[in-house]
Amino acid sequence: MTAGQSGMARCINLAALQVLIQLLAGDGYAVIGPIRRDDAIVYDRIAGITDLPAGWTDDQGPGHYALVRRGDDALFGYAVGPDAWKRFLHPPVETLWRAQREGDTFTLAAPRAPAPRYAFLGVRACDLRAIAIQDRVFCQGAYTDRSYADRRRNAFIVAVHCGGVGGNCFCASMGCGPRVDAGFDLALTELVDPAPHRFLIEVGSEAGAAMLARLDSEEATSSDLDLAESVFKRAASQMGRHINTRGLKELLQTQPHHPRWDEVAARCMACGNCTMACPTCFCTTIEDHGSIDESSAERVRTWDSCFTLDFSFIHGGSVRQSASSRYRQWLTHKLAHWIDQFGVAGCVGCGRCITWCPVGIDLTEEVAALRMATDPGSTVSHEHP
Amino acid sequence: MRHRPRLAVWKFASCDGCQLSLLDCEDELLALTEAIEIAHFTEATQASLPGPYDLSLVEGSITTPVDAERILEVRRQSKCLVTIGACASAGGIQALRNFAGIEDVVATVYPTPSYIRTLATSTPIAAHVPVDFELRGCPINKAQLLEVIAAFLAGRKPAVSSYSVCIECKRRGNVCVMIQGIPCLGPTTHAGCGAICPAYRRGCYGCFGPMESANTTALAREWQARGASSLQVNRALRSFNAAAEAFQTEALRHER
Repeated sequence: MTAGQSGMARCINLAALQVLIQLLAGDGYAVIGPIRRDDAIVYDRIAGITDLPAGWTDDQGPGHYALVRRGDDALFGYAVGPDAWKRFLHPPVETLWRAQREGDTFTLAAPRAPAPRYAFLGVRACDLRAIAIQDRVFCQGAYTDRSYADRRRNAFIVAVHCGGVGGNCFCASMGCGPRVDAGFDLALTELVDPAPHRFLIEVGSEAGAAMLARLDSEEATSSDLDLAESVFKRAASQMGRHINTRGLKELLQTQPHHPRWDEVAARCMACGNCTMACPTCFCTTIEDHGSIDESSAERVRTWDSCFTLDFSFIHGGSVRQSASSRYRQWLTHKLAHWIDQFGVAGCVGCGRCITWCPVGIDLTEEVAALRMATDPGSTVSHEHP
Repeated sequence: MRHRPRLAVWKFASCDGCQLSLLDCEDELLALTEAIEIAHFTEATQASLPGPYDLSLVEGSITTPVDAERILEVRRQSKCLVTIGACASAGGIQALRNFAGIEDVVATVYPTPSYIRTLATSTPIAAHVPVDFELRGCPINKAQLLEVIAAFLAGRKPAVSSYSVCIECKRRGNVCVMIQGIPCLGPTTHAGCGAICPAYRRGCYGCFGPMESANTTALAREWQARGASSLQVNRALRSFNAAAEAFQTEALRHER
C-alpha cells in the first residue's frame, strides 16, 4: 500500500524492471528505450531488458562518438544517445491533413493513425528538461500544437539518473542535471556494485505510484540511499564541459558584430546537424504536395533548421545569407533570445550538438571565446579536435 | 477535356538513367499521361510532335558543337525548361575531361581520334541557355521528378530543398557515419536522395552535387584531420558533379 508513495524510497531488481516493461506494453504503451544499433546507443522499441545495452558506454567528444565496453553490466551506463526523445514527441515528418477533390469542392481528412501512447525508459535529467521546454513551446501560449499535446499527455516517463556522464555533458552548468528532479512518472537510480544489480525507484506522479504498486519492490536500505547519493555526486563531478551562464544573455545580445562569428563560420558547414540532434530545437517547415491528376493534396510538416537558406527566405531572398549570421542566429536564440521568448534558455547541456557536429564545433568553447574577447586585448585560440 | 500541357524530354551527353526515372514512375504513369501530352520522348516512343512545348525536361551535358546548337533550339521551343540530373545541372562525370587535355582524352578512348568532333569541356545546360529549374541527382529521385512535374502543372514552386543531405539523414534517424569515422560528403551535399548511403552505413558520395552555400573547404579540412589524404579528398569531389563550383574549387586545392 505504501509502496510508491512519494518520499518512500523503494528498490526493484532486474526481474521487476522486466515486469515494468511488460506491464507498460500490456497497458498499450509503445515502450521506447535504449538499444545498441549501428555502433551507437539509440532509442527505439524494446520488448524487455535483454534489448538494453548491458555493459556498454559511449565515449563522446567534439565530433566524436564511439561505443566502448564497461567493466560491469550496467544497463544505463552511457550518457545520451544521438537522438533526442523529440523524435517521438515531435516527429521529423508529420502529415497534418489531406484533401480530396470531389467535383467542384473538396473534403479535408485528418491523417489516418492516432498518436501512439509512448512509454519512455531511460530519460536523462537533461532530456526531461528538454521535454519540459518543448512543452512550453508547443503547449503554452495562445496556440497549442494538438498532435504534440496528445502524444505528450499520453506519455509515461521512466527517468534514469545519470551514473556517469559524457565528455560533452554540461547539464550542471545549465541547471538541468545530472539529478532528475521533476517531470517523470518513475525515476530509477541504477545500483550495480556491490551486487545485487538493482534500482532505487522514485515516484513522480500518480500514474507512477500506481505502476510501482504493481511491481515487486523492497524498501530501500540506508546503504542503498548512500550508494545512490554517491552515484549523483560522481556524475556531477564528471561534467566534460562547462558554460559560464552569468550575464550570458546580455553578452550574446550585445555582440552581433563580434569577429568570432566569422571565425566559427569558416568551420561551420551549415549542415544543420546540431539543430536536428538538439532536444529542444523545434523548428519545422510546411510542404504542400498535390497529385499529378490534381485530385488530392496533402500538407506535411518536417523538421527544419535555421541553418538553411530557405529558413530565412522572405520576399526578395534569404535574410541570413552568410553562415556566420546563421550560426549567430542559432546560438543567440538558443542561449539568449529563447529566455525572452519562453522564459528559459533553450539549452539543457546534453552535448549532442558538440558530439554530432561533423567538424566538432563546441558551443561551450564558442561562448567562452565570445566572453573572453569582450575583454580587449585578449586573444582567442581554437583547438581543432 | 482541358488542354493538356505538352511535355518534351531531351537527351544530351548522358547515360539515360534520369529519363528512365520517368519511365520508372509505373504507378503514376497513367495519371501523368492523362495530365500531360508526351510530345517528344525518344526513350519511350519514336513518335515526335513538333514544338512549342510547355515543359521540357533536359538530360545530359553539352559536349559537342552540334549539341551546343541544339540546346538553343530546345530552349526556343520550350516555355519552361527543367534540367534533370548531374550531367545537365553540373556537367556530369564526363566533365572530368575539363581537368585534362581533350586530345589526350580522345586519344585514350578512340582508335581514330580524327573522327571525333568534340568540345574541350563538358558543361551544364545553364552555361548555354537560361534554365527555369535544376533537378539534381545522379540519378534524379523519381519522387522529386513527379513533384516538379506536379508543381509545374499546378503553377507552384516545387518542394525541393537545397540544404544538406544531413537534414534528410537525421530526419531518417540514421546514426551519423562521419562521426563514427567514415568519410562522408553529406554535410556539403544537396539533399534529395533521402540519405540512402548513410542509411546503409556508407559515406555520402555527393551524387546530388553541392548544397546551397557548401563549405567544402571546412569538410575537406575535417576529412584530413580524420586521416584522409589530399588524393582521397580530390577523388571524392571529382565524381558526377566534379565541375560544380564548390566541388571543383576545393578539389583543385587537393590537386597533386
